[in-house]
Amino acid sequence: MAAAATAAEQGLRVALIDSGRQLGGQYFRHPAPGLNAPWIAHLHHGWSRFERLATRVETSHRIAVLFERQVWAIEPGFNVLTDRGPIAARNVILATGSYERVVPFPGWDLPGVFTAGGAQALLKGNLVLPGRRVVVAGTGPLLLPVAAGLSVAGANVLGLFEANRVRGYAKHPVPLLKNPAKFLEGVDFARQLLRARVPLRSGRMVVEAQGTDNLEAVVIAHSDGSNRRRIECDALAIGYGLAPQIDLGLTLGCENKLLSDGTVALRVDRSQRTSIRGCYAVGETAGIAGVECSLVEGEIAGLAVAGASPGGPLTPRRDRLRGFADVLRTQHPVPAAWRDHLTPDTLICRCEEVPARAVAEAVEDLGATDARTVKLLTRAGMGWCQGRVCGYAVACLARRDPAEPASAADLLAAAKRPLARPVRLSVLTELDQRNK
Amino acid sequence: MVVIGAGMVGAACAYYLARAGLSVTVVDRGSVSGGTSGAGEGNLLLSDKERGPELDLALRSHQLWRDLNDEGLGPDFEYEAKGGLVVAFAETDFAALQTFAATQRDAGVVTEEVTADRLSEFEPHLAPGLAGGFWYPQDAQVMPALAAARLLRASGAEVRLGTAVTGLQFSDGTVRGVRTTLGEIPAQHVVNAAGLWSGEIAELAGSTLPTQPRRGFVLVTEPLPPLIRHKVYSAAYVSDVSSSDAALQSSAVVEGTPSGPVLIGASRERVGLDRTPSYDALGRLAAQAAELFPFLERVDVQRYYCGFRPYLPDHLPAIGPDPRLSGFFHASGHEGAGIGLAPATGELIAALVAGEKTAVDAEPFNPARFASPQPQEEQR
Amino acid sequence: MSVQFTFDGRPLTAESGQTVGAALLAAGVQSWRTTRFGGRPRGLFCGIGVCFDCLVTVNGEPNVRACLTPIADGDAVTTQAGDGRG
Repeated sequence: MAAAATAAEQGLRVALIDSGRQLGGQYFRHPAPGLNAPWIAHLHHGWSRFERLATRVETSHRIAVLFERQVWAIEPGFNVLTDRGPIAARNVILATGSYERVVPFPGWDLPGVFTAGGAQALLKGNLVLPGRRVVVAGTGPLLLPVAAGLSVAGANVLGLFEANRVRGYAKHPVPLLKNPAKFLEGVDFARQLLRARVPLRSGRMVVEAQGTDNLEAVVIAHSDGSNRRRIECDALAIGYGLAPQIDLGLTLGCENKLLSDGTVALRVDRSQRTSIRGCYAVGETAGIAGVECSLVEGEIAGLAVAGASPGGPLTPRRDRLRGFADVLRTQHPVPAAWRDHLTPDTLICRCEEVPARAVAEAVEDLGATDARTVKLLTRAGMGWCQGRVCGYAVACLARRDPAEPASAADLLAAAKRPLARPVRLSVLTELDQRNK
Repeated sequence: MVVIGAGMVGAACAYYLARAGLSVTVVDRGSVSGGTSGAGEGNLLLSDKERGPELDLALRSHQLWRDLNDEGLGPDFEYEAKGGLVVAFAETDFAALQTFAATQRDAGVVTEEVTADRLSEFEPHLAPGLAGGFWYPQDAQVMPALAAARLLRASGAEVRLGTAVTGLQFSDGTVRGVRTTLGEIPAQHVVNAAGLWSGEIAELAGSTLPTQPRRGFVLVTEPLPPLIRHKVYSAAYVSDVSSSDAALQSSAVVEGTPSGPVLIGASRERVGLDRTPSYDALGRLAAQAAELFPFLERVDVQRYYCGFRPYLPDHLPAIGPDPRLSGFFHASGHEGAGIGLAPATGELIAALVAGEKTAVDAEPFNPARFASPQPQEEQR
Repeated sequence: MSVQFTFDGRPLTAESGQTVGAALLAAGVQSWRTTRFGGRPRGLFCGIGVCFDCLVTVNGEPNVRACLTPIADGDAVTTQAGDGRG
């Protein structure tokens, strides 16, 4: 939205394409008109910012907002290929956001286990709770607002379990002091949770979800498996951070960069330009950095695409927010111990139902030395989601030695998808018609 | 004994060499099935081959695949003796197909004419209005990456992956071993089954193997119930396969898989090793698939993949001794038929290494044909 | 405003503007698909259209993402077995 509004204000004609039905994306997700609840105002921080932005977009006669269009690839030059036909453009700004990273554990395929963002989307978009008794776990800054939102909406949040110890922040005082608002936002959520008597624990992770056809309980433990504690619940919201959604950029040929937490982002210059001329990337696509940074980068790209120079406070602000994001990344890695808690039957790939046993066989007996071969030999990552859910796990498991981190090539492979969305075959046959 | 290349052909060579009692080490710079083997559909076709040496090799391979299946390996790599149906859209194509099938039958291929009114007995969802087709019950399918990995494992060979060959050791015109990034491996025999990279390996011995890549895309749909029973393609495919044209050619081969998705492949282009997606190629494949099976229009394509077939100028593989270096053998250049032809290739290599009689005539595949200056393939 | 829909023939009520997945969950239904190989129950997971775990059959059309598709008055939602096209 920020990029579209800014570019339009610079005089460019903009098509704003979104697969959803409303402005706001994931962060500013809100219910359809008519849905309401007394606690709705507590779900969003900085709602007025969204309203201002939405007004800029909606009142611009230079912006065509195209909802419910799925972009499945972009041809060089550019031709944005959507499920409702191609859209030609001179420049493209990728603001495709992120999706949640989850690692497998026994029972994670039980109904009642949600990603943290999924639980939040359910609440923000539908005002529906994932369950009555909810455990929030994983790692990263998203867990706090998720737990706070669930709590304020009436769920009994039985605990927030952050897998990493949070004391590491003290080692990075400069970015924290430069971004007091961001830090205080976290403190604010934590205070809200403590008021609601939600237990906050760090250094603990979910090692197992239990139940037959639905989630009945989770087992929380230290990463080495000690101090196991069973908590009965009907929903688990779990997330191990966010991963940039960069498939469109990668297929287009944009250069990428591997970040310290094992996520891969598009490489951009100071004006948000990717390595492909005319293609820009902003916000999470250039590395997870949160909403403030995304908005600033949208403004920068909106100016740059129109040939204006993003002067003033924009670039320093962006740099400061990126600095903060880099600290967050170092503080919330996926705990390597997740592998230790797998059983041979634990599904790695939910779509194709590939158990850990099959992945281990491919790596140990069949000569798979990389994630691509694991996928070929087991079908892990070949299903509906195209490896968005299991890609990171498979990249890790492709290493025979658990102590070795996933290779850069395998992490990149996990981010790559030649089709960013499944595409109806008839949409492809229409492409053939254009050549006749 | 060293085999260079852990793809389908290398795996088959290792399997038959080991069965002949040799101690085999397989080296590959990457993973198992890392090249063409991991990017194909796993076609074991007789139907697309005209009478000649390649068909002889394919017939032998057909038997060996059945033997491997009978030995119990089949289920491990999704072997399916599903048969192929080649259809003609126009009467003229059907007439050409009749002539083609008659020559194949003389060479030992089992094939049966299917008149237009009987096509739906074979494929109920086939488009109406086709001129007719031919049924090839011997056509079969495997999951190629699994086939290579399982056969390699069944061979009992020592497998060194992530190990690139950097040189050949030889003295007195005889091979003595290979140098790799992870040390030397002495060997009395070395087999070059490096597929797309086999030209580079040949150069290490001062030999010539003019292997070139031919790009293909394969579309993969969402998982579906078994709506397509056989391998189905149009008669135009046969002329594409043997064509030397650089431009995009495509005649979709459509088939279901045991895991659900329908595979639609594959386009053929000579564009070097360029992986840039070609949406024209994808569109063409989709259109041709929908022409055969109209219901596919309403199905989602989940992904596509891109692969490169290693081909030689005369479209025949090079199988046999290197003309310059004694003990050095080539098994490469199978283009898009490497999976199908792999067992017979491995068997041939094992016989040649042992100096025994071969099951099929090896002479047409002799790599020596590239040793002296050859007329270049037509330039475009 | 509320909308009426059915799940496997059972009449249920949802709020207009909710997704199929949210409507089912609010009605106490946690799963509406069984997997292709293991026949295991699945429901919402990622909630934003990424994981395709919540596939369901709506008015006879299989493989609809319950987390993205809004519920409409009169919708017939049915449990999807396997690929939904069997």
